Amino acid sequence: MDKFDTGSDRKLCIIVSKGTLDGAYPSLIMANAALAEGIETHLFFTFWGLDVITKKKMGHLPVTPVGNPSMGMPQAVAPVPGVSTMATKMMKKKIEGLDVPDVPEFIEMLHDMGAYLWACRMTVDMLDLKIEDFHESVKDVISAGDFIELSEGAQLLFT
Amino acid sequence: MTTETIAGTSVEVDEEGFLVDPSVWTEEMAVPLAAEVGLEALNEDHWTVIKFCRNDYFEKGESPTLRRVSVETGVPTKQLFELFPKKPAKKMSYVAGVPKPKGCV
Repeated sequence: MDKFDTGSDRKLCIIVSKGTLDGAYPSLIMANAALAEGIETHLFFTFWGLDVITKKKMGHLPVTPVGNPSMGMPQAVAPVPGVSTMATKMMKKKIEGLDVPDVPEFIEMLHDMGAYLWACRMTVDMLDLKIEDFHESVKDVISAGDFIELSEGAQLLFT
Repeated sequence: MTTETIAGTSVEVDEEGFLVDPSVWTEEMAVPLAAEVGLEALNEDHWTVIKFCRNDYFEKGESPTLRRVSVETGVPTKQLFELFPKKPAKKMSYVAGVPKPKGCV
């Protein structure tokens, strides 16, 4: 007997298309929450979302106030050299302060929790990347068609 | 809120079955609580996690999240899923008699 087993075969597929800190974290946090609830979870990384799983880039995702009025910085100041670097540093510090892991550790953790990580075939070809460029926890490079097939019956999130 | 008898003691539980007052929990309650969530026996690693959940709850005032348990006890995330299958965060708090964790990560 398991009183928390609802008998649900819920499945969640998340398409990650952004490579900024504020673009990536919501997907990672949702995936983590789903996995902790025993939900089969797939993440499909496409376009700049691939940065989130690219070994050379995943530890250095930026956040920029340029074109992002929500950050509350005057748009004339936002593009000044060093401003984005500073904003990135500040956000990373805030995230760390919440005891939330950085992106490489987060990806590792999701993998350990049983997530399936997929890289988008077209973007990989477009950016001349290879499977070796990605974190070891990435299962494969697959096409949009493959992803549509494997997401049958799943709930889908595009971020 | 309802009253249930766990290990011979009458305790109050919420809609999901979590103890309303974590301080009434005793070690004898862990085994019957574990059975409720599909765990037949508790090994040393289960106890490490259970004890950490309780200490941390009373120290911090909230139940630890999965990541916190893993980081602080050194039990890898993968193993936490083996110890408390499917829904480890919920199950470990349930067996430890503390509330369901509120943190996101």
